[in-house]
Amino acid sequence: MMPLLHYSRIPPEAEDLRQEIRAFLSDALIDLPAVRRADSWMGFDAEFSRRLGERGWIGMTLPKRYGGREASAFARYVVSEELLAAGAPVSAHWIADRQSAPMLLRYGTEAQRQHFLPGICRGESYFCIGMSEPGSGSDLASISTRARRGPNGWVLNGRKVWTTNAHRSHFMITLARTQDKTTERHGGMSQFIVDLKRPGISVRPIRDLTGDEHFNEVLFENVELAEEDLVGAEGEGWSQVTAELAYERSGPERILSCMALVNTLLERVGKSPDALQACELGRVTARLFALRNMSIAVTAQLQAGENPAVAAACVKDLGVTLEQEIPEIAQAIDATEPSSGGSDHAKVLAHLTQLSPSFSLRGGTREILRGIIARSLELR
Amino acid sequence: MREIFETTIERILVDHVTPALFRECAAGAWPDALWTTLEDAEVTCAAVPELFGGSGASWEDTFTLIRAAGAHAVPAPFADTLLANWLMARAGVAPAKRPAAIAALSQLTDSNGQYSGRLEKIPWGRDLKRIVAVAAEPARLVVLDTASAVSIERGCNLAGEPRDTVTFDRARPVAVAPLPDDATHAFLLLCGAMIRSAQMAGALQSILQMTTAYATERVQFGKPIGHFQVIQQQIAVLAEHTACSLIAAEAAFAESTADIAALPIMAAKICVGEAASIGASTAHAVHGAIGFTDEHTLHLKTRRLWAWRAEYGSQAYWSQRLGRAVCESGARALWPTLTQTATLIPIPAAREIHT
Repeated sequence: MMPLLHYSRIPPEAEDLRQEIRAFLSDALIDLPAVRRADSWMGFDAEFSRRLGERGWIGMTLPKRYGGREASAFARYVVSEELLAAGAPVSAHWIADRQSAPMLLRYGTEAQRQHFLPGICRGESYFCIGMSEPGSGSDLASISTRARRGPNGWVLNGRKVWTTNAHRSHFMITLARTQDKTTERHGGMSQFIVDLKRPGISVRPIRDLTGDEHFNEVLFENVELAEEDLVGAEGEGWSQVTAELAYERSGPERILSCMALVNTLLERVGKSPDALQACELGRVTARLFALRNMSIAVTAQLQAGENPAVAAACVKDLGVTLEQEIPEIAQAIDATEPSSGGSDHAKVLAHLTQLSPSFSLRGGTREILRGIIARSLELR
Repeated sequence: MREIFETTIERILVDHVTPALFRECAAGAWPDALWTTLEDAEVTCAAVPELFGGSGASWEDTFTLIRAAGAHAVPAPFADTLLANWLMARAGVAPAKRPAAIAALSQLTDSNGQYSGRLEKIPWGRDLKRIVAVAAEPARLVVLDTASAVSIERGCNLAGEPRDTVTFDRARPVAVAPLPDDATHAFLLLCGAMIRSAQMAGALQSILQMTTAYATERVQFGKPIGHFQVIQQQIAVLAEHTACSLIAAEAAFAESTADIAALPIMAAKICVGEAASIGASTAHAVHGAIGFTDEHTLHLKTRRLWAWRAEYGSQAYWSQRLGRAVCESGARALWPTLTQTATLIPIPAAREIHT
């Protein structure tokens, strides 16, 4: 049976951070246009990330000796959701903060932690995640990128694709095969921390349908890796990746991607909604409220050291369903034509209408998530 | 407290709420043995302060009792009594033994301390000892004894649960207690919505379990239908909505410990109501024709889901009220509201609930 989630409140010491970050953001983002806020965690601003790092808002849960502040998962949650709700440009450090740092803390060697974590906490060291390949999307276990033993450690060959921010990151945590395909479907894979400046790596941005360049194709041609570039245990890549994905799937970024649009839509509708507008905006508010509580309940599981993989899959699937409905609701209750040249609302609507298909692709498709849930129900 | 409640209620309901009991109750019987057991276990007064003879449990702990009542489709006003007893204590009277319920859809009129009104859709009105109703100007809770009613007209909701019209004509109240002025209409409606949300979350848990079990047993095309991906994916969505409903309802209870918390309750009633429609549809689709029969127990839960989602304000009702409040408060207030660092501008009822 699936694990039950219990309602949890954000504890007061974490809640205390909220006003501080809100005050900082209202000042720091004063000139940020609505359409850039709509980029949510795809907006890139290195200077902004560095400023967050200075204030101790990156890598918050990490031990102080690595530059963190030993804060709870709830404290990180408060900061994350405030950043997202404001539409702050957090993309530079987002993946490092969300999953690479906790992964390195859990599976990395002491030397790796000391080397990588302080830079992440300063908001100066950016990571991307090398999972998908041209032939391996949802079927991640079928990857063929291969690391073989070499004279100085490992030699990496293969191709990754849809790698968000590879063109602007310093490092990639790469899932690669360290054994040929075996009968054990999830065996023979390992994770490496790859310095993207190494020879033999070429990164080609892929323009998406909105005209932006967030994701990339990354080619590895005889890239030499050191022994100490292996993260965690050889052959344990699959279980490490699965644990990491729970961090990726449960957070507020699976609920709040369309907050910029909810805001412009509310402004557009004004104080006297008609019945349909009131009904739909009430529904959106109710679902945002309930899903946020669900996401906080998963954070409580993370904080308690439990494995929230199934609950995280529930949050992500319901969350992105709402996120994808918001542009549709906006069109159903108001006649604004989405346009890159119109009002703030028209621009945000145009942008998010086009961006929304990616919500249920990134971080695991809805079919994969539902498969995880079905497995927990022992249907497969 | 919560764990004790959980084991106690589960044991009682598993023992007593049987297919035979549903048949007897459908024929008009009152489940006396079940009710006596619930009262003896003191769970009907769980939320009542110890001063008034209850267990003094918070709503957060009481949630599990009401969720279980929904999961078992208890054919008696157990959840309604728990709520009414809490309200009676709030009005300063010790709860009576015997069932009680609220009257959320109509207001009483007051003539020199005697109360009159036609109270509609009262759960098990025919079997109740007391009814908790409201009167306006000034807003107050009024506790009435059904012995002083002039008539009780029988009716039922679409699941066949008794919903009677109880009429009082200048009845002397058992107790009267003040309410906040803006609360008259919304207060009991919110209380009822909170209770039904938890019952629905429990019923969703139950149909998820039944549907998963059926998909594992039922063989077609040479394998259990649960082996087909298209079935797995549908049941997974039912599971997602069940998990979300449980959290939403639990939040409504937990946030209402000091006083009734409007936003969490509205959010719960809206989200759980949507989950009910998706959940019942999926459960019936997977069960096929057998689940559509009177003999199968699935409809004990699905028909209640359809009935409960409309009681004490439907999704449409609460969505409109919440939407109007959100618009009135403006875009800048939305995020502070969601994070409960600000409260919404309260909006009076958009329209009365049609019965």
